[in-house]
Amino acid sequence: MITPAIEVSGLRKSFGAQTVLDGIDLTVPKGSIFALLGPNGAGKTTLIHILSTLVAPDAGSARVGGHDVVADKAGVKRSVSLTGQFAAVDEILTAEENLRMMGRLSGLTPPEARARADQLLAHFDLAAAARKRVKTFSGGMRRRLDLAVSLVVDRPILFLDEPTTGLDTRSRRALWDIILELAGRGITIFLTTQYLEEADQLADTIAVIAHGRVVACGTAEALKSRIGGDVLELIGANDEIIREIPTDGSIRAVQQSLEELARTAPAGARVGIRKPSMDDVFLALTSNPREGTFS
Amino acid sequence: MTNASAPAKAASFGVTSSVFIGRSLRHSLRNTEALIMAIVLPIMLMLLFTYVFGGAIDPSGDYVDYVVPGIILLCAGFGSSSTAVDVAGDMTNGIIERFRTMPIRSMNVILGHVTASLCRNLLATGVVIGMALLVGFRPSAGFLAWLGALGVIALFILAFTWLYAAIGLVAGSPSAASAYGFALLFLPYLSSAFVPTSTMPSWLRGVAEHQPITPVIETIRGLLTGTPIQDQAWWAIGWCLLILIASYVWGSWTFNRKAGRR
Ligand SMILES: Nc1ncnc2c1ncn2[C@@H]1O[C@H](COP(=O)(O)OP(=O)(O)OP(=O)(O)O)[C@@H](O)[C@H]1O
Ligand SMILES: [Mg+2]
Repeated sequence: MITPAIEVSGLRKSFGAQTVLDGIDLTVPKGSIFALLGPNGAGKTTLIHILSTLVAPDAGSARVGGHDVVADKAGVKRSVSLTGQFAAVDEILTAEENLRMMGRLSGLTPPEARARADQLLAHFDLAAAARKRVKTFSGGMRRRLDLAVSLVVDRPILFLDEPTTGLDTRSRRALWDIILELAGRGITIFLTTQYLEEADQLADTIAVIAHGRVVACGTAEALKSRIGGDVLELIGANDEIIREIPTDGSIRAVQQSLEELARTAPAGARVGIRKPSMDDVFLALTSNPREGTFS
Repeated sequence: MTNASAPAKAASFGVTSSVFIGRSLRHSLRNTEALIMAIVLPIMLMLLFTYVFGGAIDPSGDYVDYVVPGIILLCAGFGSSSTAVDVAGDMTNGIIERFRTMPIRSMNVILGHVTASLCRNLLATGVVIGMALLVGFRPSAGFLAWLGALGVIALFILAFTWLYAAIGLVAGSPSAASAYGFALLFLPYLSSAFVPTSTMPSWLRGVAEHQPITPVIETIRGLLTGTPIQDQAWWAIGWCLLILIASYVWGSWTFNRKAGRR
């Protein structure tokens, strides 16, 4: 059997009295896209930091690219590239200088680093701003540069911590295409996101963490069948939400709910329909007695 | 998107160092206010101490010969202190995490800041000396004595820059780093930099004569103007090496311990 890109078992991490990761088990096959979902403070960033050797775990083991994150940090560092949750670029340098610097630090010669910087600037729609100092960049431009920087050289495993937060729709789509293309080339991608839709679009496998544990792990299809479909909202005369009714998204189920509402809803109430939010996902998953893996 | 050209090799120690030094030098050149300050401060202090205080302290008009080493150190101390802010900035804005996940010696970031500080402060020292010569400084030093004096000054800058770098590593934010570093700027006033320690009350004299600035001042003054140095040179070198090594060890330890903190 080929070794997976990432193998995590029994991983624990506490900060002081606060347990952030309480026994995480995960396997990410080579060349796949893995999305980690979780509410704020669930420990997504902490997990990425452990997997990229920035933080030491308290217990359990993790192997990244076949290297142990504690015993063989150097091996892990040669295998990974990280785009953190917050842009990590040099504000005083220009976009071009940032890319060249990272190229040189990644072992490219000066001409190689220059050529690579030009390619990435064009690809991330930053060519016009190449010679501007990053300090003057908008949030989205900074984010794009941050992503470009982590692609200066190909590493087999790419960590992206909330890569599309703060991007407009066009940039988000463009980034999705880049992610899919990288995966097509055999690069393993481990990303975190707040958007169910994003995980759904991109990931081969989705894991949800809450309360320090993996509460669900499987394909997008399996996950969706477990959390159900669209949610019906009963909206009162003053625009307040009176009731939320989860459905499985089928016409039949929606019709049944509507019939019930027609009998019981107060006068002046309206009905809305929306996609399940992260809150619904966590509610569905954490309240389910059969916690754990499904497929 | 086109493939990254070659599979990555790890950048060598030399390449990493030169890239980080280049980065910090660019930062220094682009921080226009600090750069102007590094040039204007020596000029102002030189004029202040020669024409405003000089007459009162030593009516014979030779005060400029006495005060030059003090102003060199005052400016060097001031110039190195920005290293604390630069280092604290890098440690808190996330870029350090990116460097840390790369197979390079990420501590070289600090080396870059230290080297840039050394360059900036040697430049400021040059301005002090040039200005001093204009207002009547008449050193008696020969070539070797000049070389020795510059060596001591460089060692002093290096030691204090590392001390400030360590402060920057320990401080939680650039503004905290700036505040901690500020206290150190008063050390030159409590030394023989501006008045001989023999004019101070005895308790203060004890402090002034046993702190690192005084032997450094006495050594530079002796080398430039021929006043007696005695064992002060050894004290000066000893103090600077002690500060340098202690700061380096403290800084490296903090750097490694702080891994992964934002
Ligand atoms: N260095 C640290 N020291 C103390 N507590 C920390 C540290 N890093 C993270 N934590 C805590 O660990 C918890 C998990 O943080 P983490 O950043 O991993 O969450 P996250 O899932 O990435 O959240 P978000 O969606 O907001 O990015 C938080 O409660 C946070 O306060
Ligand atoms: Mg996070």
